[in-house]
Amino acid sequence: MLISLVNVLINGLAYGVLLFLMAGGLSVTMGLMGFANLAHGALAMLGGYILVMLMNGHGWGFIPALGAATVGAAAAGIVVERTIYRRLYRGAELDQVLLTIGIVSMTVAAATYIWGAQPEAVHLPAWLDGRVHAGGIDVGTYRLFLIVLGGALTVGLVLGIDKTSFGAKVRAAVDNRRMTLSCGIDVDRLFTLAFAIGSALAGLGGGLAVSLVGLDPNFAVKYLVFLLMVVVVGGLGSIKGTLAAAVALGVCDVTGKYYVPQVGAFILYAMTVAILLWRPRGLFGR
Amino acid sequence: MAAIGEADARGLFIARSRWRWEETLFWLAAAASYVVFPGHLVLVTQALISGLFAVSLDLMLGYTGIASMGHAAFFGIGAYTAGILAAHGYGDPLLGLLAGALLAGAFGALCSLLVARLHGVALLMVTLGIGLLCYEIANRANDITGGDDGLQGMVVGPVLGLFPFDIDGRVGFIYAFIVVFGLYLVARRIVNSPFGLTLVGIRENVRRVPALGIGVGGQVMVIFTVAAAMAGIAGALLAETTQFIALEVLGFDRSISVLISLVLGGIGSLIGGMIGAVVFTVTRDQLAAMDPVYWNFWMGLILCAIVLSGAGGIMGLLRRVSGGRR
Repeated sequence: MLISLVNVLINGLAYGVLLFLMAGGLSVTMGLMGFANLAHGALAMLGGYILVMLMNGHGWGFIPALGAATVGAAAAGIVVERTIYRRLYRGAELDQVLLTIGIVSMTVAAATYIWGAQPEAVHLPAWLDGRVHAGGIDVGTYRLFLIVLGGALTVGLVLGIDKTSFGAKVRAAVDNRRMTLSCGIDVDRLFTLAFAIGSALAGLGGGLAVSLVGLDPNFAVKYLVFLLMVVVVGGLGSIKGTLAAAVALGVCDVTGKYYVPQVGAFILYAMTVAILLWRPRGLFGR
Repeated sequence: MAAIGEADARGLFIARSRWRWEETLFWLAAAASYVVFPGHLVLVTQALISGLFAVSLDLMLGYTGIASMGHAAFFGIGAYTAGILAAHGYGDPLLGLLAGALLAGAFGALCSLLVARLHGVALLMVTLGIGLLCYEIANRANDITGGDDGLQGMVVGPVLGLFPFDIDGRVGFIYAFIVVFGLYLVARRIVNSPFGLTLVGIRENVRRVPALGIGVGGQVMVIFTVAAAMAGIAGALLAETTQFIALEVLGFDRSISVLISLVLGGIGSLIGGMIGAVVFTVTRDQLAAMDPVYWNFWMGLILCAIVLSGAGGIMGLLRRVSGGRR
């Protein structure tokens, strides 16, 4: 009983880390730059399809394909930010929401047109495909890999935003754009770069998600709701909050599905609404 | 600024509530469709119901400035209330409308207490969460709602005990037309009243309204309740005229569709909500019949175009064309 609980918890943790990777970028764009980007899930989906295409169609290895997914999503993010999003930074939230829903809708249609509606899968390399047994605990190697990778990236992100001059500049530009400009900092370029990093994380998360939760053209919509919940519950712009919320939601979802499947996603939604009513700015909101 | 006399104030409200040509044209065309499109009355009926749903959202979003990504919750509650009553032998249509309005309105009042102090992204997310919650509850409560398979076995009686619903949708159309038009008049009356001006005040500057001696919380609760009840009636109408309820009445898609309809028609003008909903419903019917995938693409493109152009939807364009006449 206890051991099965530990197994379920580890699975939940892996799922939470995956959510965090995809939501981390959303937290940066929504929280730090104040742009409600609902198309973030579409960037993750793009990463997933790049991975599938390269591995199944061109025989690439898992790690290089994952790298390509990251770079591809970052490139797509830069293009969208430069051409479309830039016009709406000062706009109303509702306009941003509607515009990005429009983009999601078009992406889903385009993905169905290009790759078809069927679910996609990839074969993991042997060193990730096994299972680890230790003292009755039995976990897929891939899940451990996710947890380790996620942990490393989290440390990198937290340090990157809190400790580097890049993070300081982004935070300054968000707080007072004109003052930052007058300090000689190119805010436009800064935002593009921040957006690219968020998109890269989404692409990486999308690539990693294929083997854990699968991939089809509805991915962009299906996970969007989870990502939004993670970001808002964690507190906009707080990386630590996003991590805490992602892990909490991931563990709750997996344990809930395992022990009380008849309740479904109900607990998750109720929790989100309750937390937001208690703290409208999220758990770690500023 | 000089004090406005009572006569001036009355003149202001009379001017605000004057019928505009596009309103007259729309309702004449809607009535005429009974004769012009006798083969498509079911579709026109659904378009009118979507229009009422969009108008109910407009009261909240367009006039009071409260955005919602879960407005389908109220629509679905109305639909299921009327549907479940009809499935248990209480098939009187007007009773269904009334019960749907009451339940949806009560839920709206409750929600208004929850969201009154939220704004921006948190407001959007909580309304989204409430919508998803309602969907999930209906999905799980299989015994009552039929869950994923939809609610079966509705028996809707004749309207007023006299006019049974027919297969061509004639009675359904007339019934829906009268209800929607009646509620449109009610919504008009609301937005053109002093209370309606207060709502606009809340939208424009929520801090200054209390300075006029008006409590914001109470006003928000009233309009939230009214809007929710109206959405509930729209849902009940759909359930009664189609005699079936799919879980989709509570879905995220429906919440987004009504937002798109409203934006397409023009936020902040009631007739814009009606026109947007009719254009949206008919376009979707035509395009989705060809290919659902392409429909998604075109819908996305239209949405991006509306937002990026900043034209304010169909009503915005109309006003621009007619030289700023309001």
